[in-house]
Amino acid sequence: MAAFRQIFAILRKDLLLELRSKEVLTTMLVFALVVVVLFNFVFDPGAEEVKVTAPGILWVAIVFAGNLGLSRTFAREQENGVIQGLLLCPIDRSYLFVAKVLGNIIFIFLLEVVILPVMIVLFDVHIGGAWPMLLLVLLLGIIGFASVGTVFSAISANTKSREVMLPILLFPVTIPVILSSIKSTAYLFAGRELSEVWSWLRVLVGFDVVFFVVCFILYEYVIEE
Amino acid sequence: MIRIEHITKSFGYFRALKDVHCEINEGEFVSLLGANGAGKTTLIRILATLAKPSEGDVWIGDVSLKKHPMKIRSRIGVVSHFTYLYNDLSALENLRFFARMYLIADARPRIEALLTDVGLAPRQHDLVRTFSRGMQQRLALARALLHRPNILLLDEPFTGLDINAAGLLKELLQRLVREEVTVLLTSHDIDFALDYSQRILLLKNGELTIDIPSASADKNDILRILGDK
Repeated sequence: MAAFRQIFAILRKDLLLELRSKEVLTTMLVFALVVVVLFNFVFDPGAEEVKVTAPGILWVAIVFAGNLGLSRTFAREQENGVIQGLLLCPIDRSYLFVAKVLGNIIFIFLLEVVILPVMIVLFDVHIGGAWPMLLLVLLLGIIGFASVGTVFSAISANTKSREVMLPILLFPVTIPVILSSIKSTAYLFAGRELSEVWSWLRVLVGFDVVFFVVCFILYEYVIEE
Repeated sequence: MIRIEHITKSFGYFRALKDVHCEINEGEFVSLLGANGAGKTTLIRILATLAKPSEGDVWIGDVSLKKHPMKIRSRIGVVSHFTYLYNDLSALENLRFFARMYLIADARPRIEALLTDVGLAPRQHDLVRTFSRGMQQRLALARALLHRPNILLLDEPFTGLDINAAGLLKELLQRLVREEVTVLLTSHDIDFALDYSQRILLLKNGELTIDIPSASADKNDILRILGDK
């Protein structure tokens, strides 16, 4: 119970700081919109190839914009040595990880909620009744991505070239999550049977669990001196 | 009581602390002196659980720092030249956040009292980034005392403070000592250390070379040892 209160305190503080500055969300949103709009000029709306490429475009926008947000995970903790202040608190380091991952998931999910309708309108994609499933795929897709991203963000935060270092570390490792997210989204965009989507969704859930657990365990060692 | 048992800290081939061994009694005010790079901050970081010793252990009462760092954290307060404060939160929001992290029930009266003590009650709703260095350092002290620690570690807390802020900090430290809080403070100010603390520890090249009561310490001896190559 104490751990939940501490996790909630960090989450609340991160949301308050973001609400105040709107720094992360604005950057991510503008970047994702630019990507989607640029690709919209390349393809004709409603064309057959759009069904094939749209899921990829959507996830390119999400992961690249998400990377921008993830790189800012510890930015506020770098000022005034706040990260050390957090480490002085009687909280298990792994719970710090949980709080930071939850924050990142919320930010990226908010981005998805905004970018998806824009994508659907611009590319004339028909989702039909698969909305709940699509939101589930979007959520599951960012759990693994944000878990790995949070750990790598902590690692790269102390390097000189942190903005470059994060994507170099993050993208190769999260390929299985990104790939299964794109495949699941593609099946939903194509109006395929839910049983077909489930096959990729199971892979996605598997990688989410593995990545979250491994990162949960590793974080303590990453964040130490 | 703090028992520092044969602490060694290495960074690669460099040994920042070499077999440091001493005891600090409950309620004692101890000053840790030493030139830059002598190992003062490293020792404070180890005591604060921010760094792990390469060899040795620290005992606070009967709790081992190596085995139970979480228990230690709730008993210590740390003030360093970093304030550990969020620039974009107000003074009140910062203290509220850290009160939640320290699981302090009904923190409001405690926060109000501390803000009054450090003279920041009128500015409690202002963002920390609008504060002067001295005000930030006073708020950092309030943050460190929030959970009523019985050990206070201060790493060069007077850095960048003006005369008024330094005076207030000294006053607060004296009050804490009267309240039986154990204080370990690193400083370059020998006069302050001799006047205010009960004991002087001197680190030189990672080794503890002096451990004497302030009353029997001689400033010239300390200066000579600090100056010797």
